[in-house]
Formats: sequence, C-alpha cells, structure tokens
Amino acid sequence: MAYSEKVIDHYTNPKNVGTLDKESKNVGTGLVGAPECGDVMRLQIEVDEQTHIIKDAKFKTFGCGSAIASSSLATEWLKGKTIDEAGKIDNMDIVEELSLPPVKIHCSVLAEDAIKSAINDYRAKNGLAPIEE
Amino acid sequence: MDINFPIYLDNNATTPMDPRVLEAMLPYFTQKFGNAASRNHSFGWVAEEAVDYAREQVAQLINCDPKEIIFTSGATEADNLALKGVFEMYASKGNHIITCTTEHKAVLDTCKHIEKNGGKVSYLDVKPDGLIDLELLEKTITPQTILIAIMYGNNEIGVIQPIKEIAAIAKKHNILFFTDATQAVGKIPVDVIADGIDLMAFSAHKMYGPKGVGALYVRRKNPRVKVTAQMDGGGHERGMRSGTLNVPSIVGFGKACELCRLEMDAEAKRLSALRDKLQNALSQMDEAYVNGNLEHRLPHVANISFKYVEGEGLLMGFNKQIALSSGSACTSASLEPSYVLKALGLGDDLAHSSLRFGLGRFTTEAEIDYTINAIRDTVLKLREMSPLWEMFKEGIDLDTVAWAHH
Repeated sequence: MAYSEKVIDHYTNPKNVGTLDKESKNVGTGLVGAPECGDVMRLQIEVDEQTHIIKDAKFKTFGCGSAIASSSLATEWLKGKTIDEAGKIDNMDIVEELSLPPVKIHCSVLAEDAIKSAINDYRAKNGLAPIEE
Repeated sequence: MDINFPIYLDNNATTPMDPRVLEAMLPYFTQKFGNAASRNHSFGWVAEEAVDYAREQVAQLINCDPKEIIFTSGATEADNLALKGVFEMYASKGNHIITCTTEHKAVLDTCKHIEKNGGKVSYLDVKPDGLIDLELLEKTITPQTILIAIMYGNNEIGVIQPIKEIAAIAKKHNILFFTDATQAVGKIPVDVIADGIDLMAFSAHKMYGPKGVGALYVRRKNPRVKVTAQMDGGGHERGMRSGTLNVPSIVGFGKACELCRLEMDAEAKRLSALRDKLQNALSQMDEAYVNGNLEHRLPHVANISFKYVEGEGLLMGFNKQIALSSGSACTSASLEPSYVLKALGLGDDLAHSSLRFGLGRFTTEAEIDYTINAIRDTVLKLREMSPLWEMFKEGIDLDTVAWAHH
C-alpha cells in the first residue's frame, strides 16, 4: 500500500513530538489505544486558563505511519484553537487531509479520541463538565 | 561496494528467478512449445523429454524416484491435494488429521475445509520456541488418525521441526506423514527417504524458479501412498493431477532444483553467516528479541521484535530502500498480528513489533550492513516518539495500564 505524500511528510518530519508536564493544572493528557491493537497515542495540550486557547500541543505515538501522521497533524491543528473549537475536530477531516485509505480510518478515529480525551482531562482538572467522547 | 536499491530481504515471500533458470525455460515458450501429452509427433516428444528431465532434477534434490513427483501449480495446490486427497482416499481407515497452529494458511484453511466435510482435525500448540511437542503429538493420535501434517521449516520464523522424529511416530502408528517443505527444499538438505516423509509439498518460486509451479511428492513404496485427485480431466501425473503440464515452468523448476542441489552447501554457509551478522547486530539493541528456536532454524531467516515500536511504522522508515515483511497487521481489517508469533506465546505487542528477514541468493554483505544501520536508526527514532518507550523508561509496567481498547 502506498502512503500519501502528506503521511510520508508527517512521518519523516513529525511536528510537535514531545512531553508536557502531565501534573500541571493547565495541561490535558489523552492516552488512547492499546499496545495489543498496534497503536497507542498520547496527545497533550497546554491551555491558557483565561482564554481556554491551546498554547502548545505535543504527541507521542506507537503505531503505523498513518497513526503517527494523524497525531502529528492533530497537534498542528490544535495549537491556537480554543478547547471548544478543538473538540469539534472530526476524524473525517484528518482522513481527508492525509488521504487515508479505508483500512487506516481507525488511525484518525484514534486521533479524534485522543483530542477529546486530552480536552476532558484538562476540563476535569479545572472543574469543567466533560464533553462527549 | 555498490548496492542496488531497493534491497530485497523478503525471500520467504518469493525469490527472484535465477537468470540461469530463465535461460533454460526460454526455448519452451516458442520453438519447443509442444504438449507433453502429445504422443504422435516430435513436438510432444520434445516436451515430454524436457519434463522427464526436469522430473529427474527435482527428484534428485529430495532423493526420491522421479515417478513420485506430481507437478502442481504450486505449494498451495500441493497442500490441498495432499490433505484432501488423503482424507478422501483413506476415508475407510479414519477421518482424523493432526497438524499444528503455526502451519501455513494453505494447510490450516484446507484443514478447516476438511472439518466442514466431516473430518476431525487436531491443531497442536507449539512450544515457545516454535517447535512442536513430540509427546503431545503422540498422545493426540487416535485409532481414527490417518495423517500427520507438520511443516518442515516455518515461513515466518524459520524454525525447523523435528521431521525425522515426527516421521518415526507416524510410522510406529501406521499413519501417513505429510510435510509442507516449501521454505526448506533447496535451502537445507531434505531427503524424503532419510527423513521418512510420505507426502511433501514444495514450490519453485521459493528457490529461484518461476511462480506457478510446484510439486507434491507422493511415496510409491513402504508404504505405497495414493491421493484422490482434486481435479478431473485427462489423468495426467499418474491420475493424481489432471491438466496440461506447464512445460516451460517445469523445466525452470527442474533447473532451479539442480542449482540449489549443487550450490546448497556453500550457499547455506554464506547465508547463515550474513543472517547471524544481521541478527547479532540488531539483537544487541535494547529490548530487541529474536523469535523462535535459534538452533533448529533455516539458514536464511531471522525474525526479530523491537519492543515499543510498531512493525509497520518501522518498515515505513526504510521501505523505499529495503523490502521487508512485518508480523504486524495494521493494514488488515482484523488488526490481528501474526498468528504464528502469537502461537509462540508472544504478546500482541511483541507480535506487532516484529520484522521478518528472508535472505537469499542475491543478498550481499553490503546490503546487510546497510540494513543494520537503517533499522537501528529507525528504531531509535521511533522510540523517541513512542509513548510506550517513555513509559518503559519511567519504570511503568505496561501490563498494569488500563488501556482503552478500540
């Protein structure tokens, strides 16, 4: 199976690989997937508590090229968005942007799950009601 | 030394054809195009003569009589013919077949088919090193058992089963022994007499011959084995496999067998040295594990898991330069990793993290050196972006994490 150029680009030069302090009150962490399934994504957001704007986003992913690209793309899209806007990112947007084939759609689903999970972790830390995952 | 990219290290999937094989085949497409079954003219005689010669070349490689070779379209057909053919031919004797969980799909799926038709099949688990348990094999035999089907060398991990011992158990209980030797024939000495094999499937394209041709060895004495034909027609191949013989490919198969026989000793030594170099270099990395028995193994195969890195993601790091196969199944709808590695008791995480190396006749040391570096670099790079690696380094036991399965 051939990968799209965008997947190859994110895989070769992943954006925002790294770790934020998960204990920090303004950092939300989402860890989704399972080693047995062949992919695990950890997505972290650092949020401005006044404006709820995502100042920074980092990821680490265990998975195939499409999983790495999906999470790398997600971090790029998250930065500068409010957490409400971020919660509206749909996995199909990722599928479209990266031209993922049908067998790789689960990678985009995982990225959407990771985004929502990170937002809810931040919300829980700050006494906000969770959004629907 | 120059390297011709991409480097091909997936010789268990298929091998490139040796130019000497192609040369032997060419006349049989155009000038010598006759049907080997045409008895009335020289075109037929020439074709028949070529097939007879190839049959001898094939027979010589595995030490059998040429009459015991049934040409097929490949190993899958030979597996089907052996299993279904024995099941039908020996129905009055019993309906039980014993095989193992690490067999090729051509054997496992044929067994499933036989089960639907009233057969009983026992699938033996293998030990963590991939070898079958001989005691368990013998205990599984019932008065209804007609066939033991255990592969010679495994296609994913290269482990060589104790063929002589299995044959002895089969003989003792008056049961036939069939082996799928697709990965072994041409690579290591396979001698159906010394090994005590009754039926054996193998294929040309795994030994530098053409695709679309293979053979089933069917023993003619001690005991005389018969299989029910699975294809009706002109009664070719002693009535066991109808269909006009694929003369050019059979000629190529014969030549491939001859080359393997003549070059096997030197080639096996060369490949096992290269394989060991690759394996030693890569297994020195942290959390890298070689899968399968190290001693009873085909000389050209290594299967290595790089923990905390996903196999397909790993391949992507160098798939323009190196052609390799992974036990990960991220592309399959089921997301199930290699059933062979799982049968060894490997966790899904290690199975997802595996690479299969199949070296071959045209593999060079420069290619192996390049491969070592490329894999090492990619593993290190991907671990830097692996959350599992970070957790492992922090001392977190990944088995205790409540994963969100999807």
